[in-house]
Amino acid sequence: MQSRDIRVTGPSLLHSIKSFQWRDYIVYLAFVGVLIYFSIALYDEGFLTTGNLLNIVRQTATISLMGLAMTFVISTGEIDLSVGSIAALSSLTGALALQSGFGILGGLAAGVGTGLAIGLINGLLVTKAAIPSFLVTLGSMGAVKGMAMWITDTAPVPIINDRFNFIFGAGDIGPIPVLLLWVLVFTVIAHVLLRKTSFGRQTLATGGNENAAKFSGVNTARIKLLVFLGTGLMAGLSGLLYAGRMNAGRFSFGEGDELSVIAAVILGGTSLFGGVGTIIGTVVGALMIGTINNGLIIMGLDVSQQMMIKGLIIILAVMFGKKAIKK
Amino acid sequence: MDRPILEMRNISKSFNGVKVLHDVNFSVNKGEVHALMGGNGAGKSTLMKILTGVYTADKGEILIEGKPVSIKSYEDAKANKISMIFQEFSLIPTLTVAQNIYLTRESKTPLGLLDDKENARKTEKLLKELGVDIKPSDIVQDLGVGYWQMTEIAKALSQEAKVLIMDEPTSSLTKRETEVLFSFINQLKEKGYAIIYISHRMDEIFRICDRITILRDGRKITTEVIKETTLDTVIQHIVGAEFDKLFEWVERDVPTDVPPAFEIRNVKAGTKVDDVSLKIQPGEIVGIAGLMGSGRTELLRTIFGIDPMDSGEIYVNGKKRNIRSARHAIDAGIALIPEDRRLQGLVLQHSVKDNIILPILSKLKKGMLLDNKKATEISKRLVERLNIKTESIAKQSGLLSGGNQQKIVLAKWLANDPDVLLLDEPTIGVDIGAKTEIIDIVRELAASGKAILVVSSELPELLALSDRLLIMHEGRIKREIKRKEIQSEEELQYAIQGY
Repeated sequence: MQSRDIRVTGPSLLHSIKSFQWRDYIVYLAFVGVLIYFSIALYDEGFLTTGNLLNIVRQTATISLMGLAMTFVISTGEIDLSVGSIAALSSLTGALALQSGFGILGGLAAGVGTGLAIGLINGLLVTKAAIPSFLVTLGSMGAVKGMAMWITDTAPVPIINDRFNFIFGAGDIGPIPVLLLWVLVFTVIAHVLLRKTSFGRQTLATGGNENAAKFSGVNTARIKLLVFLGTGLMAGLSGLLYAGRMNAGRFSFGEGDELSVIAAVILGGTSLFGGVGTIIGTVVGALMIGTINNGLIIMGLDVSQQMMIKGLIIILAVMFGKKAIKK
Repeated sequence: MDRPILEMRNISKSFNGVKVLHDVNFSVNKGEVHALMGGNGAGKSTLMKILTGVYTADKGEILIEGKPVSIKSYEDAKANKISMIFQEFSLIPTLTVAQNIYLTRESKTPLGLLDDKENARKTEKLLKELGVDIKPSDIVQDLGVGYWQMTEIAKALSQEAKVLIMDEPTSSLTKRETEVLFSFINQLKEKGYAIIYISHRMDEIFRICDRITILRDGRKITTEVIKETTLDTVIQHIVGAEFDKLFEWVERDVPTDVPPAFEIRNVKAGTKVDDVSLKIQPGEIVGIAGLMGSGRTELLRTIFGIDPMDSGEIYVNGKKRNIRSARHAIDAGIALIPEDRRLQGLVLQHSVKDNIILPILSKLKKGMLLDNKKATEISKRLVERLNIKTESIAKQSGLLSGGNQQKIVLAKWLANDPDVLLLDEPTIGVDIGAKTEIIDIVRELAASGKAILVVSSELPELLALSDRLLIMHEGRIKREIKRKEIQSEEELQYAIQGY
């Protein structure tokens, strides 16, 4: 009897190990691995303290938020390189609105409105003018950055509204940073949007096979326009969060963020070719990049060393995920 | 008998003044599988594109259950219960079966969110009804091609389609998958669905179709009940009476007392090429005939090193060559004129000259630099020799006509002076004038001693060119026929269908 049981379960267990979707979980495994490594290696330096862990959350909040929207863009098979520049410009337009006495809502409207406007232009150029999104957003990345430097002649704009600064980044409610709440709320919204609404389903369909999606009645141009509005919106909000945390708008905010954001999304398991996307993966991907940064800083490595190691880890993680998928 | 579910009456259509459909009448009944047949360019796909709203007819009307309807887009077709079963274009590979079937028509929860459980339940019910053995949660790209098609059909039926159009549905299926599809089609028939079945495979048509309509040169030739007709009659109707004078064959002397210029032994590759051996004498043209999916293209791709060869040997002029890439094949003196010249044969943005010299760049060096004078000289000579109509060799190749583009592809390989020439559908999409010119060029090449292997679906062309014909079926060479033993196109058609 017993040997029979083994024969029955044996192959099915082997099969379930083989068919386990490594690619889907690689980021979680890697994240746990990184956490364990730093926890042991940097125990004495206080890596594992609540304070430090919350610090990682604070540092990665904007990457996570932009990553949520970027997950949608990449799921449609497109890309948005302009998010970092949008964050910079939005931090300034928001700060300027506050400075001119429009209040918190005015600042919010200015910052988010800036992001939406640029997102709209990106989206229209991709859908109506049929220019590849890589080129459109490569262009707007530069143009928007230039605008951010130009409107205040590269001068920072201080924000003295303490309530704004509290809500948008600097505040803590008890031990919990406000930034964590922003991330939590938008993660839930984005997850439901991608998994549970027809918009999300059509986003994945557009990236999976655009032609087929069109034949099935999906308005793929509308979907693409919406996902670019999404990255505009979240990049605008991220700009305000930078501004609130630093009590100022500044053209240098968000510099290089587009690469971290895209890396977080891809690490999370979203396919660069479109059609497959995961929100939770993106957030974990962002946290992993933040954790690596944080750990390397505590280890006392300088910026150049951090960049090299970070780049290497990202390539290895993506490579490993790819290999697993082929097997 | 019931009134037909679909009727197309007096359909005419012209493109740029060329009439491609002349007053075609076509009707399909409930619970009928109706075959639509005809050679290349007979008008089958134009007729179906009019039915699915891709084109609009210049004249004529379409009736569904006796009522005239207007079909101006694919949405209109679907609204009129007509659905085309696309081979691979209309499913999202990364989504599940259920997600695909109900895409944009999903059930929603009271909150307006997708109700995936309900969708899965509906899909399960639908699949069960249809007797399709897949799970709603299966991801489409993990399924076999056969199941793609059934998912596609299930999707069409979930949208209340009553008329299904299937275009060569078995061309990418294995034998087993084909059997499953056929029993599925029989079930659909019993349930009263009408199926328009387009195929070149007579055996399939005689097995599952009830009636057959044959088009030739844009005219309806006949509609017959399958049980009351024969393979001979059908082939005759498809081929027609007149045999194209332009493609007349000239018997040529091929030296048989010399060793073969090209030989392959027991070549196997993937599932499509199964143990193929053949020899070609210098100056000989060998034609490969067979149905779509019989492995013809794959054989050429394998010889040329594009598809990996699992086992087998390739000899050029008696010397064994180890070919693992196109570069190896070119170095061995083999050239391939691929099936889709726009995709594989030409860099359309580049000039005529740049295309011609691409394979011989390494031979055109003058020190470190490209010998531009020689490149111009060679290009000019070939343009002249092949009668390529272009104002200058600097003209962008994409701007030339299809026939001239195909001649550039030929020129490209002639520049390299290969010993063995593989041609895959050399005159596809080319006008009749250029066609005869290309045929003449190929003959000339053979006369200069090259070994030539031609694959073509156009039988007149094969008959005009080949000294010897090989019939390919399911990856194997089934029969070898000398050209002079064939009297007519019907005979060849019969030989191809004989399996």
